[in-house]
Amino acid sequence: MIGLDVLWVYLAASPLLWLTATLAAYLLADRVSAACGRHPLANPVLLAVALMSAVLMATGTKFQTYFEGAQFVHFLLGPATVALAVPLWRNRREVGRALLPLAAALLAGAVTAVVSAVGIAWAFGAPAPVLAAIAPKSVTAAIAMGIAHELGGDPALTATLVISTGILGAMMAWPVLGAVGVRDPAARGFALGLAAHGIGTARAFQADPVAGTFAGIAMGLNGLVTAAIVPVVLRLFGL
Amino acid sequence: MLGALVLLLGCQLAGDAAARVAGVPVPGPVLGMALLFVLLVLRERLQPKAPPADRTALGAVTAALLGNLSLLFVPAGTGVVQQGPVLLRNGPGLLVALVVSTALTLAVTAWVFAAVARRVRR
Repeated sequence: MIGLDVLWVYLAASPLLWLTATLAAYLLADRVSAACGRHPLANPVLLAVALMSAVLMATGTKFQTYFEGAQFVHFLLGPATVALAVPLWRNRREVGRALLPLAAALLAGAVTAVVSAVGIAWAFGAPAPVLAAIAPKSVTAAIAMGIAHELGGDPALTATLVISTGILGAMMAWPVLGAVGVRDPAARGFALGLAAHGIGTARAFQADPVAGTFAGIAMGLNGLVTAAIVPVVLRLFGL
Repeated sequence: MLGALVLLLGCQLAGDAAARVAGVPVPGPVLGMALLFVLLVLRERLQPKAPPADRTALGAVTAALLGNLSLLFVPAGTGVVQQGPVLLRNGPGLLVALVVSTALTLAVTAWVFAAVARRVRR
């Protein structure tokens, strides 16, 4: 029979514990979100991240140790991005009819996202590496981290800013879109996926499958466009 | 089910390899998504009598992945525990930048989409 402290030392270092904890934290967060009637403020990612962070800090666990277990969940972001081809294919006719508005909104939205984020952070006196980290904030995590890294930003800070953007976008979407008077599910979904990547896409799928499909397209295309415009915008700010 | 997983991972692998070989800064999974879309279109052309892709094992695996998309952001999000010093130093600026920029991006994107769509329909 071993002591509880010895058992904890063994478990705390094993990937199994932190993988299980991540899934359990999300399951709980999703239940709470459902119990709150999917209220935007009860965002499941926000709740799960807050819970996991509290557990890591309370137990003094290093993020690297945690991530050794959680990486198996993180890895699935790649296949999930590929999987967006299936709803895209299912709604190919709607998408084909909307090519022109889609291209215009993509360009306008991508430029707005990068210029406004860098401009505001710059006005608050953020240093160059932080500006490089916030520039790709609307793009899905894996892509944004790659963009920031190439321009001297810290990928870990970028991940935090990207996830925060996704949560904020999912929370603000319906009030903001209501305020500008846009009702079309394609336009709403496209805006959510462009501004708030996968977390926005998940929110859009909750509302309507057409909105979800356009969100997925926006998320994929914005990854491409943002990679091209971030270096240009940073140069405009003298970086 | 295994076939569907191999197809998803295979498309991602091919996308990653293509991006490396071409030396373009396009993320592999995004190219993988484009490749899978082309494969689904070809399948429909070549085997018009096969069941639609979303009623196959690929449809089931895809629905499971996309139905739990939010979960996949929890590990990267928990990275916030490492960011204490940077957030303390730049906190207010970053928070204002994220909130204003995200709201502005939502509004501009949706408005432009809807405005151009109205014009095209006319």
